[in-house]
Amino acid sequence: MIFEVFRQERKGQPFQHAGSVSAPDEAFAEIYAREQYARRQESVALWLVPRDAVSEIDEFPDEFEMKYRRVDGYSIKARLHEARERAGTLDMAPGAVRE
Amino acid sequence: MSDRTALLLAIADDELILGWRNSEWTGIAPFLEEDVAFSSIAQNEIGHARALYDLAARELGTTADELAFDRTPDEYRSAPLVELRRLEWARTIARHWLYETADEIRIAALKSSEDPEIAGLAAKIDREEAYHRMHAEMWIDRLLATDEGRTRLNEAIDELWPYALGVLDDGLRPGLAARAQERLGRALPDVEPVPRGTHEAELAELWEEMTSVRRSAPAGSRW
Repeated sequence: MIFEVFRQERKGQPFQHAGSVSAPDEAFAEIYAREQYARRQESVALWLVPRDAVSEIDEFPDEFEMKYRRVDGYSIKARLHEARERAGTLDMAPGAVRE
Repeated sequence: MSDRTALLLAIADDELILGWRNSEWTGIAPFLEEDVAFSSIAQNEIGHARALYDLAARELGTTADELAFDRTPDEYRSAPLVELRRLEWARTIARHWLYETADEIRIAALKSSEDPEIAGLAAKIDREEAYHRMHAEMWIDRLLATDEGRTRLNEAIDELWPYALGVLDDGLRPGLAARAQERLGRALPDVEPVPRGTHEAELAELWEEMTSVRRSAPAGSRW
């Protein structure tokens, strides 16, 4: 059986995929995951999920290329700059150098 | 040498030599995950040896490294069980389980020692050994679950049983026999223990290899 292993680096942080272990059953998987993903104190908790229990979705049609729905679809940087210039608030923009 | 130091050295030597033996599987264990896990267990054992040597070294006015590497093979106090070279998985698991079970009994006795340093260190070691025992018990379950596994495990246990008894002092041996018989669901042969104080021929070979790097440098070299 293959188990996907998720690890939490610090309390309160999200679990992130760390890798997988191959093991004959869950008891073995727990021992192996502990040794491979937590032995150097690099994790505070682990999740083990049998690979079969993971649903995968890998088709995301975008027939009409609606670019504007993507986070990188269009840049507002230039427009924001212009708006700030008009309003006279350029120096209040994040990262602006103040005199 | 005080009884306390002799006891610390006996356990430290067991852990060092077994750690070394178990590490012989690194790279060739039956599958990758087991390779990583078993190598990690081997490293833990050597870590326990270091802590025990440190305690003994303070009393003897020496260092853990000197105790681990600068004695001659016949000065080691390890039990013959840990010295055997058995690169066969069923025997390795049988030895691992027999040792961990004996060690648990020994550590439990030390945890109630009146010596706070020994009791404290025993408790600390036991918290790691708990995972070694989980690992060993899992494999025993696995081997007992099939005819082939049971046969191979039983052959290995028969061979190693007199050595396993030799890990413990007289007083603790009946406890080991009772636990092993119950867990394995079978009677164990009534044999003379192979006691601590004698050594297997394999120890000298292991010692040659284990100390070769240190012996290659002049005394007092720093690493």
